Amino acid sequence: MPARPLDARALAALAANPGCRRRALLDGAGVDKAALADALGAPAAFGQSQFAFARGHAFETRVKADGGAELLRLVHERLDPTAEPPRQAEVADLAATNNEGRTARTALALREATEAGGWTLLDHPMLALQVAGSPAFLEPDAVVVHPDGTWTVVEIKSFPVLDGAADPAKVGAAARQAAVYVLALEEVAARLDPPPRVRDRVLLVCPKDFSNLPAASAVDVRKQRAVTARQLARLTRLEEIAGALPEGVCFSPELPAEELTAAVDAVPATYAPECLATCELAFHCRARALAAGEVTALGRSVRAELGGLRTVEEVLAAAHGEAGEEDDPAVAALRRAAALRAQALAAATAEEVPCP
Amino acid sequence: MTAPVDDPAAARLPSGPGAARSGSDPAAAAARATEAILADTLHGPHRGVVVDSPPGAGKSTLVVRAALELAAAGRPLMVVAQTNAQVDDLVVRLAEQNPDLPVGRLHSSDTDAYDKALDELPNVRTSARAADLAGLDVVLSTAAKWAHVTVDEPWRHAIVDEAYQMRSDALLAVAGLFERALFVGDPGQLDPFSVVGAEQWAGLSYDPSASAVSTLLAHNPGLPQHRLPVSWRLPASAAPLVSDAFYPYTPFRSGTGHGERRLRFAVPSDGTGPDRVIDEAAQTGWGLLELPARHTPRTDPEAVRAVAAVVARMLARGGTTVSERSEEPAPLTADRIAVGTAHRDQAAAVKSALAELGVRDVTVDTANRLQGREFDVTVMLHPLSGRPDATAFHLETGRLCVLASRHRHACVVVCRAGVSELLDEHPSTEPVQLGVTVKFPDGWEAMMSTWAQWSEHRVPWRP
Amino acid sequence: MSLITTLARLEAVRSGRARPAATVRHRHLSERPLVFVPLTTAGEVGAPLGALVGTDRHAPRLLAVPQPRDRDLRFAFLAELADVVLPYIESFTADVEPAERTETDPSTGKRVKAEVELCTDAPQLIVPSRSGIDYVRLLGRSMRFRRTAEQDPDDPHPAPPRVPLLGRWLTHFAERARVPGSSMLLALTEVLARHWTTGQSALEDQHLGALLAWISPPEGLSGAEAALHAERARDAGGQLLCPPAGPATDPAFDNKLLAPAVERYDRARGALAAAEDGVQADGRLGALTAAEEEIRALVERCARPTWDRVWDGLDLLRTLPEAAHVPDRWTRDRWSFTAHRDRVLAGEPPQPRHDDAVTAAAKLAAREREQARLDAQEALDDPLVMAGRQLAGEAFAGEVVDVAMAYSEGRRPSPRPLVTVRTGDRPHLTGQTRVYRSLDSRPQSAECVAHEDGGEAGGTLIVLRLLDKMGRGKEPAPGSVPEKGDRVCFTLFEHEQRGGPKLPDPEDTPWTHGGPPGEAGAPEAPDPVTEEDLL
Repeated sequence: MPARPLDARALAALAANPGCRRRALLDGAGVDKAALADALGAPAAFGQSQFAFARGHAFETRVKADGGAELLRLVHERLDPTAEPPRQAEVADLAATNNEGRTARTALALREATEAGGWTLLDHPMLALQVAGSPAFLEPDAVVVHPDGTWTVVEIKSFPVLDGAADPAKVGAAARQAAVYVLALEEVAARLDPPPRVRDRVLLVCPKDFSNLPAASAVDVRKQRAVTARQLARLTRLEEIAGALPEGVCFSPELPAEELTAAVDAVPATYAPECLATCELAFHCRARALAAGEVTALGRSVRAELGGLRTVEEVLAAAHGEAGEEDDPAVAALRRAAALRAQALAAATAEEVPCP
Repeated sequence: MTAPVDDPAAARLPSGPGAARSGSDPAAAAARATEAILADTLHGPHRGVVVDSPPGAGKSTLVVRAALELAAAGRPLMVVAQTNAQVDDLVVRLAEQNPDLPVGRLHSSDTDAYDKALDELPNVRTSARAADLAGLDVVLSTAAKWAHVTVDEPWRHAIVDEAYQMRSDALLAVAGLFERALFVGDPGQLDPFSVVGAEQWAGLSYDPSASAVSTLLAHNPGLPQHRLPVSWRLPASAAPLVSDAFYPYTPFRSGTGHGERRLRFAVPSDGTGPDRVIDEAAQTGWGLLELPARHTPRTDPEAVRAVAAVVARMLARGGTTVSERSEEPAPLTADRIAVGTAHRDQAAAVKSALAELGVRDVTVDTANRLQGREFDVTVMLHPLSGRPDATAFHLETGRLCVLASRHRHACVVVCRAGVSELLDEHPSTEPVQLGVTVKFPDGWEAMMSTWAQWSEHRVPWRP
Repeated sequence: MSLITTLARLEAVRSGRARPAATVRHRHLSERPLVFVPLTTAGEVGAPLGALVGTDRHAPRLLAVPQPRDRDLRFAFLAELADVVLPYIESFTADVEPAERTETDPSTGKRVKAEVELCTDAPQLIVPSRSGIDYVRLLGRSMRFRRTAEQDPDDPHPAPPRVPLLGRWLTHFAERARVPGSSMLLALTEVLARHWTTGQSALEDQHLGALLAWISPPEGLSGAEAALHAERARDAGGQLLCPPAGPATDPAFDNKLLAPAVERYDRARGALAAAEDGVQADGRLGALTAAEEEIRALVERCARPTWDRVWDGLDLLRTLPEAAHVPDRWTRDRWSFTAHRDRVLAGEPPQPRHDDAVTAAAKLAAREREQARLDAQEALDDPLVMAGRQLAGEAFAGEVVDVAMAYSEGRRPSPRPLVTVRTGDRPHLTGQTRVYRSLDSRPQSAECVAHEDGGEAGGTLIVLRLLDKMGRGKEPAPGSVPEKGDRVCFTLFEHEQRGGPKLPDPEDTPWTHGGPPGEAGAPEAPDPVTEEDLL
């Protein structure tokens, strides 16, 4: 089975749950988690409406029209206003037959454009980033080479910027995605002499208000870059996770569901409700977490005051005095909470008049 | 304030211009900064001057000095601070420096609105009505009280203290009262916050929930910005860590060199974890007492007892401090020690654990309430100790910065093992608001870098 | 999350049903709410696909946009929406009662009482979820700057007459929804989750179907099973049995049902336009109408389950008795409604794109005050909420074990009795903490004088000095001092909120905040028209 590239969703899943070993192993090994989820009988619920797809595509085409003239103008205006304005846009040719070929063409085009010293647009370049020991291919919407030889990542998104503001969750996700491209570009840059600087402010282009006109914003991705670099570095510990697995574990969707479930269960997961929005396997993991009575399945924050108690039954037993030591502050607090709750509910049923 | 911030910066001000030239002398560097600030404040063309002051850099000394010079120049002055304790403290300092200066303390009409000690000061007049204080050289109050004052003629000058802890909307309510102002504050401490959502104004220059300084600078980008470059509080062992982790773009240094401050204990170590971590901290300025990894509720009894044990042993072992303040060793008494926690219930638990050990008079409080205070030795219950997850509250840089920058000699951190794993597993899904300047340092990053450094002073202990 | 909520969640897991999170209803419910279930087109900003709207659960008005990218059809939808929503709003504008309001006299600057009108009731909009509120805001923003032909005769694409007005009202509703405790625009999922705790996460509670499944699961199913069914179950055609509450639709619905239907509509329209004679046109008009009907049926199919659930949810909420302070907060909503009615009547311009510095600060201050008011009132109204405050150390309840008479010093000594309370709670008392209790619905304050371990009888003994509400005489007014054996509950938080600081007028915005906003009163320009807006 061919390994899947590390796409935007895999990166989002990494950000949302960096501690999950199951996700780390499957993503690191390039397993198709959607197919796996189907085979496990808990299909993922991600899909894209063709209306959204068509609109997004139309917007990107519009932004990049005229050989990227408008896009280069926006990069100049927002990120590099002191440079000479772009007059004639160079658009690099990146055509190749496969990912490796396009990656090589991209690196070559970046080098040539940097040496040439003008404005160059790379439309859908291909970048490779070493993730867990093997290259993951990444495809930014665009990369711009400035006259001073610096490089900028451009992200084109279809969510709107309305009166100067955009959905912060979506901007955050775009910034994390762009930060990965920055890291990958830095790897390309490091192979050049002198290495060009990859700018840590990226250009985010979104539709403006209710129109199809572009609204461009500079987004500082230094934080996201630092965090993602660290998280990706951790992925190299995959061998450790894999080493703990029984011999011969395989995640092929062809396997019978029972065997597959056992194989997946062999890798520990740390399910939290946030996974539902990012990970294809979330419904499967949720069902397993609920079956095991894990309290974090009800939200990460639920565990904050529970100390070492991890399951629904443990907590309820402690709260109702059936288990746990009174001098454990978590147990003591639970019992106080249970008593106060019971009193309040009794008071409310006994009389309509609340506490004076 | 139980711990007077006896700041040597004022005493060390050089007498002539020649003294200011030596680059390596921290006193000279601090003096140059102060002179530049006063020159801009008294004679500059700008309506505002901003001063960033790292922990213990002599902010209060600067405020008092600027107030005295403005008063001497015949400019009626209002001073805005954020809490009543801060206002009272400034009044006392002003009266100490110049007992003849007519000072007004404007206070609220609540009972105990101000420190009754002010009643003993002959030239300090207190009132709940601004009109009663008209004509005095300097009038001081909190931002909240000033917001209810109306004047026909604005003050010529104002000093806004703790301006980074003041919210933009609070400045809006008082800015009409003055023509020009000196804004002083510490950008590394806890940010102001709002209990309701303010996202709709994020990215606007005058976002009412942002800090007063960010609004001021967004609208007046040309204002001179100064910083005090020397911490007189933090020892040479602490300044680089605090500066790198919390002030990466505005570094500062310690006013004292390695070895100038010494912490000694008469009674030798008994070999237990608390004693060993005390010795590590006495020698290097930092100590990390690491308890076995375990998820615990906030009031982790073992960690609380460990904090109390460290404090009790420090007192029992007869500590003495030597510093630039005096040649003679000074005893490390309970009032020179503080315990800092993230939560109130943790502080309460530590207090009762200390009481059980018979220890009194040690300050135990949350980071919020320790802001602006100074001690010889501090013991910190690390905000992430025993937590199953980190929240934005626990990762706030200001909180950790306050806890790590209250001491003159040494700081002991008490924590459960597992912090780096917790940080590794922390989801990084922060939303991003367009147009909002990214704040550095990032809490996660600051936690990582401080933890890495403290790990070098680790004393593992199984209580 | 407080431990009390955590426990409720875990109990819900064990019992398979939601557990109470409140014992009374903390939000106002109108006798005649307007329910609004909007659907939007994926990828298009502010391009409605359709809606169900109305005050009669059995007869919702169905609105649909057969080609959401067509501006004229969009305007037709908005005009139709205005025809439903504006008459509803306007039905509340005429009934008024006299009221008093403190105003600043513009000539003297003094605070004076003014006789004004207050609408006796206000409209209430109910949407299924939080994203519904955001959508109301978005629709309001998309409409309020539009110009009608009357306002701007040169506009090539004038908005229908009442559309900008609807935009202003929807903007007002959405802005009011940001005020804690307001009930003018409610998201049903949030109100339900405020009153019941389910055995799933707060994130999953945002799904209306799943939330209701936990609160009242169908016969024979547990909450968890019913919620899973609501969330995941699909028919043979791959369509969700319980469609999302909107405004976003399920991609499978878009791709498998809606997109082909829109395509058929486009074709039918194209064919009609190309008709060469009347007879041909008549036939093709029939095809177009059929295509349009098909889309209307799809919109109804997608929105109707949510519509029914919203009314079911309202029924559930009505089973709870209204909390004592709800009318007080609803009166504030009525003030807000009346004020906006007056602004519209006075011909003021629509709400600007951005608040100025003073307005932003005033709104933030008002919302913080309302949040504190809401927190205090909910605790006073509901023992279950108060229990949470007790657990957090912000309140304590107990029995009075001793009362000792004492007096204040001074020329006219007033009663300052010392009351000792034994409590099992652990309030955060430091120094002379002020505490408050509700005495005939008014706060009586006391200060904590001492607290000590309760000894063998357990708990903590807290000695309080009562400070007020005891009348003017030397002896306290009857009933104003608790007696030995009484149960009392004191809070560390205040019950009533003080007014915020006085802010400058916008035209006096100080230099620190950019000075006065330029060209006060200049109307905001409408959004520019781009070619993509039109097919």
